[in-house]
Amino acid sequence: MQMPIPDASVIDRKDQIVARLLAVLPKTAVIADVVETRAYECDGLTAYRCPPMCAVLPTTTDEVAAVLRICHEMDVPVVPRGSGTSLAGGALPTADCVILGVAKMNGVIETNYDDRYIRVQTGRTNLSVTGAVEADGFFYAPDPSSQLACAIAGNIAMNSGGAHCLKYGVTTNNLMGVTMVMMDGTVVEIGGAHMDAGGLDLLGVICGSEGQLGVVTEATLRILPKPEGARPVLMGYDSSEVAGQVVTDIIKAGVLPVAIEFMDRPCIEATENFAHAGYPMCEALLIVEVEGSDAEIDAQLALIMKIAAKHNPVELREAKDADEAGRIWLGRKSAFGAMGQINDYMCLDGTIPVSELPYVLRRISEMSKEFGLDVGNVFHAGDGNMHPLILFDANKEGDLELCEEFGAEILKLCVEVGGCLTGEHGVGIEKRDLMHVQFSKADLEAQMAVKDVFDPKWLLNAAKVFPLDASEPRRVA
Amino acid sequence: MHPSPVASHSQFLPKENSMTPTSELELSDMIKATKGPLRIVGGGTRPIGRVVGEALSTAALSGITLHEPGALTLVARAGTPVAEIEATLATQNQRLAFEPMDHRALMGTTGQPTIGGVVAANVSGPRRISVGACRDFLLGVRFVDGAGNIVKNGGRVMKNVTGYDLVKLFAGAYGTLGVLTEVSFKVLPAVEAETTLALSGLDDATAIRAMSAALGSPFEVTGVAHDPAQALTHFRLEGFAASVAYRAKEISKLLAPFGATQDTQGDWAAIRDVTAFAGKSGDVWRISVKPSDAAALSEKIGADAVQYDWGGGLIWALCPVGTDVRAAMGNTAGHATLIRGAGQTFHPEPAPLAAISTGLRAKFDPRGVLNTGIMG
Ligand SMILES: Cc1cc2nc3c(=O)[nH]c(=O)nc-3n(C[C@H](O)[C@H](O)[C@H](O)COP(=O)(O)OP(=O)(O)OC[C@H]3O[C@@H](n4cnc5c(N)ncnc54)[C@H](O)[C@@H]3O)c2cc1C
Ligand SMILES: Cc1cc2nc3c(=O)[nH]c(=O)nc-3n(C[C@H](O)[C@H](O)[C@H](O)COP(=O)(O)OP(=O)(O)OC[C@H]3O[C@@H](n4cnc5c(N)ncnc54)[C@H](O)[C@@H]3O)c2cc1C
Repeated sequence: MQMPIPDASVIDRKDQIVARLLAVLPKTAVIADVVETRAYECDGLTAYRCPPMCAVLPTTTDEVAAVLRICHEMDVPVVPRGSGTSLAGGALPTADCVILGVAKMNGVIETNYDDRYIRVQTGRTNLSVTGAVEADGFFYAPDPSSQLACAIAGNIAMNSGGAHCLKYGVTTNNLMGVTMVMMDGTVVEIGGAHMDAGGLDLLGVICGSEGQLGVVTEATLRILPKPEGARPVLMGYDSSEVAGQVVTDIIKAGVLPVAIEFMDRPCIEATENFAHAGYPMCEALLIVEVEGSDAEIDAQLALIMKIAAKHNPVELREAKDADEAGRIWLGRKSAFGAMGQINDYMCLDGTIPVSELPYVLRRISEMSKEFGLDVGNVFHAGDGNMHPLILFDANKEGDLELCEEFGAEILKLCVEVGGCLTGEHGVGIEKRDLMHVQFSKADLEAQMAVKDVFDPKWLLNAAKVFPLDASEPRRVA
Repeated sequence: MHPSPVASHSQFLPKENSMTPTSELELSDMIKATKGPLRIVGGGTRPIGRVVGEALSTAALSGITLHEPGALTLVARAGTPVAEIEATLATQNQRLAFEPMDHRALMGTTGQPTIGGVVAANVSGPRRISVGACRDFLLGVRFVDGAGNIVKNGGRVMKNVTGYDLVKLFAGAYGTLGVLTEVSFKVLPAVEAETTLALSGLDDATAIRAMSAALGSPFEVTGVAHDPAQALTHFRLEGFAASVAYRAKEISKLLAPFGATQDTQGDWAAIRDVTAFAGKSGDVWRISVKPSDAAALSEKIGADAVQYDWGGGLIWALCPVGTDVRAAMGNTAGHATLIRGAGQTFHPEPAPLAAISTGLRAKFDPRGVLNTGIMG
């Protein structure tokens, strides 16, 4: 993975820059020691590492503004950071950058149940947002698997999704407003507790902009009343074609499950060896979850089971109680861990139209043979967001490169069938150079024009998202 | 009788010699060749008074290009009539969940609302409060910008974070960033049953508390509106018949402190289209605030009539011509759009945001030829 050559004229001024930062932040909030900066050398994409020039951990929006003003004035690149769980290298530093971490800004500013929102500082973790309101019967809907660790800051930057977004939408559908600091230190308030933008929908473009338009310090999030209950069913099939058809039939029948999850045989085998969830050994396994009162759940599941039964399942299992529900989810929830037991893995995130599922799965298994690398598939089937996990051996010469090549071929396939490179993890550095596959020059120019407006000097996280050749004229201008 | 409308709608319909491109390429060539200004016209059901220039009609960029019921997706060219889309979806028992409004009665216009116009204005009806706005269902756009560049963003899949989300930016941009040529949507299944409960006799503040109680419950109301003129508060439930019956019972219990609910024939199309204000003189404002601010604000603006949707989050106000609703709002967070009447249509933005918006328009329409002046 290529990164731009660090700007020596910035690194040469490190002492001056650090001194300026120390003038606006407490001593403990500035990390400049070369050993300590290693703590920030990577995010969840651990194959790539680079310690930043320094890191800062402000505690207020004003401090963030002061930091950005200095960096703007001194032409210092800045990489915003939440919890560092990005799988795309979104928070990967460059050697000439200041990492601006919002982890210390994790407070709740306001909760309002009448108007159904919560306002938090963005360093707060996803799960602790729900934690702040669940005693009162509410929850924050987007639930990435990393929710124990990841921060709202990163969720907004990546427009993160979760298992339940089939019903509740992703981050952008649950975000009502932000306080954001622009690269020049200007603080802007966008949206708030009311609905929809008065002018252009700037909030819509900020969400998912991967830390390239500004540093988000506070957010107003929609909270929802908790459903009365939820229950999953598990179904196994002999072919992924049939499982794909079941998904389509359920959706067409007018039921809107909160989640439809899919696992293929390699993944089932791995999780069975690891978690012993008692899954049937078959080609394709679906977990479908619905919500409501007991009677509502019964009615919806009856309809779903009827559809499922029509397609000759090898197994059909309905959870009778919380314990059984837990067991149905157990394997799915340990899938990543199970694959990790076998080997190192790379997790892809392309989305495809649901109708292309059988074709894409077949092509992936053919390519798996061509590349000689195993793949397990576990993903959100309801919305076509795939997560092929390619197994490789990081200690084996050339294996990472081979794996990346294979991954790129899968993502190209996703685009070819009408889908996209990434459904929820973001582009970061990982998919940056594949952007040409999905977008024309004009498409990329239009996106980069937005960054020109927010960050004319291209100092914020500039080595990400756009292919380096496309962004170069702007970055080096 | 339509008092304040700014111009007769016929002025906005494509004329014989107006620009009516039949393809994206043709549109691109026309924009490149024009000196402007151009006035983008979909169905022309919501003309905007201050826009001048030659009419650019999307009428010939019409037709549904893809409907995949099992994937809940629909793709259509921007000039496709909304009615055609709704009819096509209905054959598969599906619908546009955000309930786009029909402005013809309120605005006193005729014509066929187009899907491009709906997206350009981010039009959403009562169900917005439970499922989201037009922009939340919009999966992808194709457009031609003010320099004639043909651009796509998003796509037709439900989860997509590949690059910046210009899709949202274009929803509600009123054609100031480009001419939409194609839009793709997530659609939802239509429902088996619908029922509406009503409470009567509540004052505005109490009605809003009742609506908040319903929205804060797990019983999934999909429409909550209050009409002070009739002192009626409506609660809509949708879904499978047994589930609707169950939830209606639970909502009734929950609302007992506010009075006994009655089953009614809720006229959600009338609520959506604000037909109560049709043909009445005065300016029509659409105000977005947080629900708990709505009742107090309504008292301050000096309206002849108001109507609440979205649990109080949306106020429709019929005011004497020239009323300055924004001044009355003072520091109340939110925004007010002048939907019918002469005056500034959109709420002025704070300086830093206005600078960003102006900057974006300058990038996408460097010569300022598209719908110049609509949004400021
Ligand atoms: C085991 C595991 C499971 C995962 N499961 C999911 C999943 O189910 N769904 C999903 O969507 N993702 C998932 N992820 C990916 C990751 O957790 C999400 O992308 C998450 O939102 C990142 O949040 P973070 O706080 O860790 O952000 P970071 O990794 O710190 O940063 C992510 C991006 O956000 C930017 N950023 C950070 N803070 C700010 C700020 N204050 N202002 C502006 N930009 C900022 C960074 O510059 C970077 O580009 C998973 C990751 C792991 C490791
Ligand atoms: C200022 C204003 C505020 C409005 N507010 C609301 C609201 O809050 N709620 C609501 O439900 N409805 C609102 N509407 C109404 C909404 O515009 C119409 O219901 C819908 O646009 C009908 O489609 P049409 O084809 O008749 O549009 P038209 O009346 O032809 O056009 C509507 C607007 O969209 C632009 N436009 C049309 N087609 C395209 C295209 N292909 N690409 C780019 N721009 C295009 C037009 O230039 C015009 O600005 C509002 C309209 C305006 C002008």
